[in-house]
This record gives sequence, C-alpha cells and structure tokens, in this order.
Amino acid sequence: MKVKELAEALNMELVTSAGMDNEVKGVYACDLLSRVMSGCGEGDAWITVQTHLNVLAVAELDEAACIIVPEGIVVEAATAEKAEEKEIAMLSSELGTYEICWRLHELLS
Amino acid sequence: MKLNYVIDKNNFDMAGEASSSVKKTLSKLGVSPPVIKRVAIAMYEAEINAFIHGGGGTASAEIDSDKIVIIVKDSGVGIADLELAMQEGWSTANEQVRKMGFGAGMGLPNIKKNTDELEIDTAQGQGTEVKMTIYIK
Repeated sequence: MKVKELAEALNMELVTSAGMDNEVKGVYACDLLSRVMSGCGEGDAWITVQTHLNVLAVAELDEAACIIVPEGIVVEAATAEKAEEKEIAMLSSELGTYEICWRLHELLS
Repeated sequence: MKLNYVIDKNNFDMAGEASSSVKKTLSKLGVSPPVIKRVAIAMYEAEINAFIHGGGGTASAEIDSDKIVIIVKDSGVGIADLELAMQEGWSTANEQVRKMGFGAGMGLPNIKKNTDELEIDTAQGQGTEVKMTIYIK
C-alpha cells in the first residue's frame, strides 16, 4: 500500500506532498528516538507525537515510508517545510496511536 | 575516502545531518543495507551525544573497502563514569532533551551493539572521543 492510499483510507491530513508513492511495508510506533533508530524498519509507517525537526533525520536514516502524527497534534511549520525539502512523507491524524495501529493492521493484512 | 563534519552546538535542528550524509555516500558506494543501518545508528547516536552532552564538536568517517571508521569528538564535560554510561537506561540528559525523545540512556549501548570495535577516550572535564569501527563483510 502506498502512503497516499493509506492517508486516504484513514482520512489523514497531508502535512507534506512528498513521498506519497512510498510503499508502506509495516508500522512502528514509538517516541523515544534512540529506540526508533534501531527499531523502525525500512518502509515502516512511523507513528510519533514528536514533531520537532530532529524526527526528520531519524525518519531519513531509517528510511521510514512516512511519519504519522496522531491525536490531531499540530506539526510545526518549520518541520513541515523541512520534511518537504527532504522529501519525507508526513501525515497527521485525529486518531490516537492505538487506533491508527489497529486500523493499519487491518489495512495491511 | 574521508568525510569531515562540524557538529555545531548552536544548530541542534541539524543533528543527524552528518550521519545522513555518510549514509547517502555509503548507499552510492553500494555498501550493503545492513552495514549501512549499523553505521547510521552508531554515528547518529554519537552525533546526538556530542550535541546534547558535548556542546558540539567534529565527526569524521573514513571509508575503506573493508571497513568504516567513524570518529566523533567533542570538548564537553566528558563522561565521569564510563561503565555506568554504558548501561542501558542510564542518562544524564536534562528534562528538556528528554521531552524531545532523547536521553533514554540508549546512546552508548546502541553504539556498542552496532559496532565491531568501539574505543571511548574520555575523562571528566576533558571531552570525549568515540571511535567506532564497522567491518564490511
């Protein structure tokens, strides 16, 4: 499933327009960046409440398919701009992390 | 090939840029993804440590046909008790940094796990030099 299909299926807001054709292979949810560095796999949709600029380097290094920000948390403009520049797909959802995981599990199964 | 970087303490937003740059270079050179992942994790953790604890510094990556040697150096406060710092969960990071998702006490353990050789030269008040070697198998 592509990022844009995932965003459409779960009615998520597109924070960036970049990376929408990335293939989503799995899901990873965590806010501790060191754990994300070693645990998030290539092609994972990474769910995190962290929205500062440093998450972009982590997503880039892990080759995450996209970053999903849950609970309607507003993404800083600087982060959105930099994500677009780095061509990192970033989505925002009103849903909580648990519900996003559950729905993505159904979608990807 | 040797790549050199400055870790600017006033530009924390850029933390991870040196690691990203090395990762891109290794990808272009055709190094296998599992090796690149190990390099990326180890170098990123060292780079973040240099920002958070070391007040900035320098990073270098020497890429040979059989190994990659990364050196991250800072002139910060140094590590008072290295044995303790190597334990997962131990951290001296402040509250602000923890709220950002750093300071989980996984930096040095992550570096240890992902390198073949690790040398840490540090002492309280004398800064820290982390030398990481990863072999390309």
